[in-house]
Amino acid sequence: MLKNLHLKKQTQLIFGLLMGIIFGFLLQKGGAGKYDIILGQLLLKDFTVIKIMLSAVVIGMIGIYILKGLGLAQLHPKPGSIGMTVVGGLIFGVGFAVLGYCPGTISAAIGQGNLDALFGGLIGILIGSGIFAHLYPGLQGVLKKGWFGDITIPEYFKVNPWMVILPLCLVIILFFYWIESMGL
Amino acid sequence: MDILALKLWSPYWVGAGIGILSWFTFLLSDKPIGCSTAFARTSGMIEQALTGKFVKNQLYYQKFPAEIDWEWMFVLGIIIGSFCSAMLSGEFQLKWLPSLWIARFGLQVFPRILTAFLGGILMGIGARWANGCTSGHGISGTLQLAVSSWVAVIFFFAGGILTAYLIY
Repeated sequence: MLKNLHLKKQTQLIFGLLMGIIFGFLLQKGGAGKYDIILGQLLLKDFTVIKIMLSAVVIGMIGIYILKGLGLAQLHPKPGSIGMTVVGGLIFGVGFAVLGYCPGTISAAIGQGNLDALFGGLIGILIGSGIFAHLYPGLQGVLKKGWFGDITIPEYFKVNPWMVILPLCLVIILFFYWIESMGL
Repeated sequence: MDILALKLWSPYWVGAGIGILSWFTFLLSDKPIGCSTAFARTSGMIEQALTGKFVKNQLYYQKFPAEIDWEWMFVLGIIIGSFCSAMLSGEFQLKWLPSLWIARFGLQVFPRILTAFLGGILMGIGARWANGCTSGHGISGTLQLAVSSWVAVIFFFAGGILTAYLIY
């Protein structure tokens, strides 16, 4: 791994900015910064968002696991629990549909000039994050309920990662064929 | 350069691009793509500036310090990158209302801003509660095959789809 590079703080801040610029460029070109497209996805009428996410998963997954095999990258799976991931996921989902953007796509929406994102959603997310920070000490019990930790699917089934990656890629590609054949 | 001026790229190419980008975030920065922690850090910085009290005594900000980090710069980059893309294609436009919203709720701006604000509060709470968003869980976590992220993304969409059908 490029440990020395990872430790260079200023360089990393610049890398963050440059990689963010590429991400924002891609999100905008994909139409993912648009309320209409995100709501279209949640109403199951426009599958742009899922297509973007799942093709990123296929390409990203193959590359990251190759890099990991070569010793050039390490994984950073997030920990989770029923109380954390399911409850938080549902609150997030409701907010996703009401707001019509997520934290990444709202940044793209702001960049392309959506003022509801800038003056409504952004301020809301900042306040919501602050509310959570204040609730955090009191939520420790709930957040740890049903703990399953930072395990990955191959670790859970105790199999070689490629035994999961290859079938998953196949399922995703078949899913793409299916939604394209449905005209979505 | 014509391709950069296109209004829309195929979602498959965009997704593949994001996948390749994630190789480089892991390789060069040892970071998965993620966004929502940057909002929490910003919130802490704003609270600090408004109250004059350091938030580092709060449990949450001990875990996620209220400071500018890689991910914060990444989110700033998203705004700049999207702006560049929209300018190149002539899509940049200051706009208060999305067309789907207009078709359903009309032309008044205030209800949309209020709705976006309230949705934003829920999203801010939910993203930090679930410890990730559509980027950190939905893309980076799922491509690492993290169990937590596959669970999270299922519930993001379950909550989202249900609510979207209630609204429209």
